[in-house]
Amino acid sequence: MKRRNFLVAAGAAFLAGCNKIADSAPGAKLLSAAESWHKAAHRFLRDREALVPEYPRSAISPYFRGNGSIDPTNGDYQAQAAAGFADWRLEVRGLVENPLSLTLDNIRRLPQRTQVTRHDCVEGWSAIGEWTGPQLSLLLDAAKLRPEARYIVFRCADELSGARYYESVDLIDAYHPQTIIAHRLNGEALPIKNGAPLRMRIERQLGYKHAKYLTAIEAVASLDDLYGGNGGYWEDRGYQWYAGI
Amino acid sequence: MTRPAKRHALTTRIWHWGNLVAVVVLFMSGLTISNAHRYLYWGEWGFEAKDAWLAVPRFPDWMTIPGYYSLAVARDWHILAAWLFALTLLFGWVAMLVNRHFKRDIVTNREEWRPANIKADIAAHLKLDFDHGKGKYNFLQKITYGLVLGVILPGMVLTGIAISPGMEPTFGWMVDLMGGRQSARSFHFIFAALLFGFFVVHVLLVILSGPIWQLRSMITGRDTR
Repeated sequence: MKRRNFLVAAGAAFLAGCNKIADSAPGAKLLSAAESWHKAAHRFLRDREALVPEYPRSAISPYFRGNGSIDPTNGDYQAQAAAGFADWRLEVRGLVENPLSLTLDNIRRLPQRTQVTRHDCVEGWSAIGEWTGPQLSLLLDAAKLRPEARYIVFRCADELSGARYYESVDLIDAYHPQTIIAHRLNGEALPIKNGAPLRMRIERQLGYKHAKYLTAIEAVASLDDLYGGNGGYWEDRGYQWYAGI
Repeated sequence: MTRPAKRHALTTRIWHWGNLVAVVVLFMSGLTISNAHRYLYWGEWGFEAKDAWLAVPRFPDWMTIPGYYSLAVARDWHILAAWLFALTLLFGWVAMLVNRHFKRDIVTNREEWRPANIKADIAAHLKLDFDHGKGKYNFLQKITYGLVLGVILPGMVLTGIAISPGMEPTFGWMVDLMGGRQSARSFHFIFAALLFGFFVVHVLLVILSGPIWQLRSMITGRDTR
């Protein structure tokens, strides 16, 4: 019993040390620097447009798990869902020359990309699905980014624990060929639990980057003024902005 | 037989302690990450208990970094310590090949693979007889260190890379080789468990064979027996 007490005490002292480092300014800086080293390594090893593997349809998992918001109750989402999202609009705005406001029909008429990809959640699980939608680059080119735009922010309709969901990526991931605005999953209209009527696919990053219930795409120069200033709902709660790790 | 003045080279000692810090941080933050989704699967996908080959027990907070449940903070530590771990491992391997420590002390010869030698070595271990005259390490030590340095530690790095979505475009073939992303994740956990097993036996044997001079020689390099 004594030895166990010693182990617990030693463990507690080690933990206290770790937490002290994490709470100090240089410690926090080091922890977030490590994240950017990973991003740099990932992008150094392959070109910026390199694709993640795509699977045959036979690899699709029998079911696609929904996570986070799976049935938003805030705002008029439920009413919109009941109306089949007939009045849903996707705005493209911010630092662009030609702001856009698109209906779902507009989006369905754009050239489409269909990809069977694997979705990896930060918790550790994975599911495979077939996603269809226009590439984000198409919309950004149509809206014409202004030169000072550095990030693309995804605005969402859902609230999680009372706070609005949002996400952001840099222009490298925004222009990646597999970054699409999906409106179909496995050949059917996107289910509510997976983000109906529109969600992002950011295939080289973890699931929380793939914003659901998408209402607007906004080009910005900095993430500082949005909500908690860290570029995303989960990022404001301590998670890594670069979610490719 | 005269013993070498330095029992452990400086590079070995730097690697050993750097590796220890990295592994402890990775292991304890890894337990928090395991708590975030306690199921392991084979293949590419898996997301619910019914498809799992193993339900990992929930690890109590005192075993984990940061000591309370926070997947975000645990990932911060894991992501930082991964660099220390991979870079010291690379450093250790280069040093061990350059100064011939690997060839001299860890590579086994045919003589050592004779059943009689293996049997004698196991018997000596069971009797806690650690006085083996010739050579630095006995057969079981060589095999164990070889497996840890050559398979388990690099395996941790490779399976870790395989579960990173940002590495997918570069190492998709490696994920395939491991049988899919969830298989790679399972191997990551299995290697971690094996490494923990090695850690326990390693510390136990250091304690049984003379912890003071063992620790001192891994710090100063000098053999003071």
